[in-house]
Amino acid sequence: MTEPATEPATKSMTKSLTRATPLPCRALFLLPLLVFAVVAGYFLWGLVTDRNPNLVPSALIDKPAPTFDLPPIEGFDRPGLATADLGNGEVALVNFFASWCLPCRAEHPFLMDLAEDGGVRVLGIAYRDRPEDTRRWLGRFGNPYERVGVDDRGRTSIDFGVSGVPETFVIDRTGRIRYQHIGPLMASDIEDKILPLIESLSE
Amino acid sequence: MAILALVLGLLVPAGAAAVLPDEVLEDPVLEGRARDLSQLIRCLVCQNESIDTSNADLARELRILVRERLTAGDSDQEVLDFLVARYGDFVLLRPRMTPANYLLWFGPLLLLLIGLAGVVLYFRRRLPRPAQGLSAEEEAQIARLTGQDRESE
Repeated sequence: MTEPATEPATKSMTKSLTRATPLPCRALFLLPLLVFAVVAGYFLWGLVTDRNPNLVPSALIDKPAPTFDLPPIEGFDRPGLATADLGNGEVALVNFFASWCLPCRAEHPFLMDLAEDGGVRVLGIAYRDRPEDTRRWLGRFGNPYERVGVDDRGRTSIDFGVSGVPETFVIDRTGRIRYQHIGPLMASDIEDKILPLIESLSE
Repeated sequence: MAILALVLGLLVPAGAAAVLPDEVLEDPVLEGRARDLSQLIRCLVCQNESIDTSNADLARELRILVRERLTAGDSDQEVLDFLVARYGDFVLLRPRMTPANYLLWFGPLLLLLIGLAGVVLYFRRRLPRPAQGLSAEEEAQIARLTGQDRESE
């Protein structure tokens, strides 16, 4: 008599036991999908964004410019460059260049423009170059630099963490390095990075 | 024996050093340290070569710099720190452990732990559950249900 009554009761009980798998455990099945999404996203980021894997991350940002004192180019009418010429309440660009460097030729017109009306001091360091070559190069294409130091062995360039020419540093009014640009400055670099930075540092 | 020597010789990569004679230090101990250090320093021009094997001008200057600093009495670590201060960790061919790359160093261990946790969870769920007696509440429920059934009969 009692049997038919107890049966449905035990049935529903076993049912509730198997259903007891906690929800977080079920969500674990989604984990492989999640891992796949993260990995795929990472690869996509590497493929799609136009970042340059050859860029060396800068180590000197927000540090004071290194100590150096470079002589002027022989027979050229601009003084040399030293740490003491940086800072002094004015924002400055320090551009590493060489007459033998083709990309330097490409960025040269932009430096001329910046020197003319960029609201910034444009300073140069001639990297591993012969004085007569630098002189001829600047004579031929024009001289954007207020001062030019000669780094004939590249030691000052090593102190700046320069790995090749051209490279350009933005130095703030207190003589700290605020930005390092590796490679030639193009119009977009100047408009998007250099000019806004100079403006904010000059305020 | 000759074959063994040949195999061993092939296993050791031939040092295609770019060190020029005028760079070599007179003190063989210092020169040895300089060579060992140079193999740990990345040539920033070629990027996948050490300054010991690179012919780039920058690599040559860095080799000379390393030797100058060693001669001046720097320890190996001081020389590496000198370069890292200028070029960042990227200049080291053997990466250091820093907070910025903890994930890189410990990531595999982390994945292993996650995997282990997954396995443990999976098997714990598959184990037969030990039979548990009914709780007092369940007993009461049965009593109530069966009692009700009896009453309704």
